[in-house]
Amino acid sequence: MDLDVLLLSRLQFAFTIGFHILFPTLTIGLGLFLVVLEAQWLFRRDELAYRLLRFWSGIFALAFGVGVVSGLVLSYQLGTNWSRFSTFTGNLLGPIISYEVLTAFFLEAGFLGILLFGWHRVGPRVHFFATCMVALGTIISAFWILSGNSWMQTPAGFAIEGGRVVATDWWAAVFNPSFPYRFAHMVMACLLSTSLVVGGIAAWYLLKGVHEEFARRAFSLALWMALLAAPAQVVIGDLHGLNTLHHQPVKVAAMEALWETEAPAPFVVFAIPDQEGERNHAELSIPYLGSLILTHSLDGAVKGLKEVPPQDRPPVAIVFFAFRLMVGLGMLFVLVAVLGLVLRRGGALYRARWFQRLCVAVSPLGFVALLAGWTVTEVGRQPWVVYGLQRTADGVSLLPAASVATTLALFLLAYSVLLTAFLIFFFRMVRRGPDYATDPPHFQDKARTLYGRA
Amino acid sequence: MDLPLIWSAIIALGVFMYVLLDGFDLGVGILFPLVRAKRDRDAMMNSVAPIWDGNETWLILGGASLLGAFPLAYATLLPAFYIPIMVMLFGLIFRGVAFEFRFKSTLRWPWWDASFFLGSLVATVMQGILLGAFITGVPVEAIEAGNWRYTGGALDWLTPFNLMCGAGLACGYALLGATWLVLKTEGHLQRFSYRAAWWLAGLVAVFLVVVSLWTPFAHPAIRERWFSWPNLLYLSPVPLVTGAVVLALFAALHRRRETAPFVLTMALFALSFLGLAISLWPYVVPRALTIWDAASPRDSQIFLLVGVAFLLPIILGYTVYSYRVFRGKVSEGYH
Repeated sequence: MDLDVLLLSRLQFAFTIGFHILFPTLTIGLGLFLVVLEAQWLFRRDELAYRLLRFWSGIFALAFGVGVVSGLVLSYQLGTNWSRFSTFTGNLLGPIISYEVLTAFFLEAGFLGILLFGWHRVGPRVHFFATCMVALGTIISAFWILSGNSWMQTPAGFAIEGGRVVATDWWAAVFNPSFPYRFAHMVMACLLSTSLVVGGIAAWYLLKGVHEEFARRAFSLALWMALLAAPAQVVIGDLHGLNTLHHQPVKVAAMEALWETEAPAPFVVFAIPDQEGERNHAELSIPYLGSLILTHSLDGAVKGLKEVPPQDRPPVAIVFFAFRLMVGLGMLFVLVAVLGLVLRRGGALYRARWFQRLCVAVSPLGFVALLAGWTVTEVGRQPWVVYGLQRTADGVSLLPAASVATTLALFLLAYSVLLTAFLIFFFRMVRRGPDYATDPPHFQDKARTLYGRA
Repeated sequence: MDLPLIWSAIIALGVFMYVLLDGFDLGVGILFPLVRAKRDRDAMMNSVAPIWDGNETWLILGGASLLGAFPLAYATLLPAFYIPIMVMLFGLIFRGVAFEFRFKSTLRWPWWDASFFLGSLVATVMQGILLGAFITGVPVEAIEAGNWRYTGGALDWLTPFNLMCGAGLACGYALLGATWLVLKTEGHLQRFSYRAAWWLAGLVAVFLVVVSLWTPFAHPAIRERWFSWPNLLYLSPVPLVTGAVVLALFAALHRRRETAPFVLTMALFALSFLGLAISLWPYVVPRALTIWDAASPRDSQIFLLVGVAFLLPIILGYTVYSYRVFRGKVSEGYH
C-alpha cells in the first residue's frame, strides 16, 4: 500500500507543480516586459508603449490569478503529502520558503492591485513603482524557491542532528553549489518563453493584417528579447551542465544514456535505453563529442550509470528523451532569434510571412522546453528527494492511498477546467487586441490623477 | 529569550490577520447568491478585487512559518487533516480564479459567480472544520527518529462539533463580509448589507454561545482551564467584553453607522481568537505537542526572526498603503 501512496503522491506533486510553473514563467517574463514598456510610457510619453502595457498587463493578471491559486496548493502539499520530507528538512527549507512569502508574495500581492486597478488612483510615478515592485517580487520568488530546490539537489551548509537537517551555515545553504546556475537558467527560460509568446501573438496580428503598428512594436521588442535570451540560455545551460556533472554525475549519465565510464566518451544522438538490461538499443553515437560537450576536452572521462548500483539510478529513458527535447527546442529558439536579427534589415521582418508563421508555431514551445528541462532535473535526481540524504520513498506521508487517489483525480479535473478557461479567455483577449478607445491617464493634471475617476 | 513563545505569537498574528482579511472577502463570496443584480455583484467583487490576493498571502505565511518554526507540527497536522485541507484548497482555487474569469466570461449561466460563491463557502466551512478538529486534538504516535504519525482515520474530522464550527465560521465570515460592504457600498446594496449584517450578527451570537458551552463540556482540559478558581475570575472579562461588543454591534447597525460595524466585528473575532488561545495554550498540536516540543532549532528560528522583525513592518506599511489607495466607496468598478 505504501508504494501506491508513493506513486500517487509523486504523480500528484509532479502534475500540480508542472501545471503551476507555466504561470509564474509567464508572469516572471511579462513582469520585465511591463517594466520596460511602462518606462517608455513614463519617460518618453510613448502612447504606443502604453497600449502594449495595458494589453499585456491584462494577460499578466489572468496568468497571475491562476499562478497564485495553484501555488497555494504547493505550499500545503509539502506537509500533506510529504510530511516525512518536511520533518527531515523543515529546519532548513522552512525558513527559506518563509522568506519567499515575506520578501516576494506580499510584495507582488501588495502592489498588483495598484498595477491593475490603480491607473487613475495614483500618480504615474507611483504606478511605475508598483509595476517595478510586482516584477521584482516575481524574481525574488524565483530566487528563494530555486534556492530551496537547488538545496535539495546539492545540499550544503548543514549538519544532521537526531535524524533531521540542521543549518550550520545559512549563506552556504542558500547559495548552494547548483543554485546560481539553476536560478539563471530558470529566469532566462522565463524570459525566452515569454518573448516567444509575445512574438507569436504579434506575428499572428501581422499575418492577419490587424493592429499593424502595435504588432510591429511588440514583434520587434520580443525578438530583441529572444535574441538576448536564446543564446545566453545555451551558455548558461552548458555551465549548468558542467555543474551537474560535478555534483550529480549520475544525472548526467542518464541525460546522455551512458552506462559505462568512458574516456573519451561518445555523444549518444539517439538510443532506446534499457533500464533492466543496462544497455542501449538502436544506439547512434558520435565518438569524442560526449567528452567535448560535457568536459570541454576531447578525452575527458564521463562517469557511467554502472558506477552506482541499480537502485540508485534514475529512470534513464525519461531523462534521456526529455533532455534531447529541451536541447533540440533550445537550438530551434536560437535559430528563430538569429533569423529575426537577419530579417531586420530593411524591415523584411514585417513582410516575411513564412517567418511570421514560424513565430506563431514556436510560440507555445518555450513552455514545452521548460517542462522538459524540469523533467530532466527532477527525474534525473531520483531516487533521491534530497540528493544523497533522503530517498523519495522515505519522504512521503503515510496516507491512505484512497485519499491521495481521490485528490489526484480532482486535481486532474479541476486543473483541466482551469486551463481550458484560461486558454479561452487568453485567446479571446488576443483576438480582441489592444484597446484604443480609453484615454491614457494624464500626467499634468495632478488632482485628477491622484483622486479623480475610479 | 523564549523563541518558541515569540514564534507562536507571530504565527498566531499571521493566522489572525488571515482570518480578518481573507475573512471579509470570503464573506463577500458567501453573500453572493443573496444579491441578484449583476451590477451589485460587480460592485461586491470590485470592493475586494484589488486586495484579495494580499489577504490570501497571510494563509501562505501561516503554512510556511509553521514549517519554518514548528516543522513537527506542520508535518503532523497536515497529513492528519489531509481531506479538509485539500477540499479547502479546491475551494480557494475556484474562488480565486473567479476574480479574473468572471469579468471575462460570456456564458449565459453565471458559472463563475457560482464558482466564487461555492468556492468561498466550501473554503470557509473547511476552515471552520479544521478549527474544530484542531480544538479536539489529533491522535498521534511517535515513529522513527523525530517523526510523529497520525493514527486516526481519514474521515475523523466529520463530527457534529466540527461541522458546527464550520457553520459558525461561515456566519462569522459572512458577517465580516456584510459589514465590509456596509463600509464600501451605497444605496440599496448598502441597505441589503445592513439587513444581512443584522441577521448574521444574531446567528454569530448564537454560535458563540453554543461553541463556548460545547467546547468546555466536550473537553475536560479546557473546562479545567476556564472554570477552575482563580482562572474563572481572571478570564471572566473575555466573555463579558464579547457580550458587550455584540450589543454595541447591534446598536451600530441600528444607528446605520458605516465604519463601526466592521470594526466591532473585527473586535469580535479578536476576542474569539483570544478565547481560543487561552483554551489551547501551550499546545501547537493540541494535547500532543507543545510549542517547545515542536520547535525548530534556535538557529532556524533566529534566522527567520531577523527577517520577520525587519520585513513585517514594511509589509504592513505597504498593505495599509494599498488599502488607502482603494479607500472610499466602490464606484463604477475597476474592471
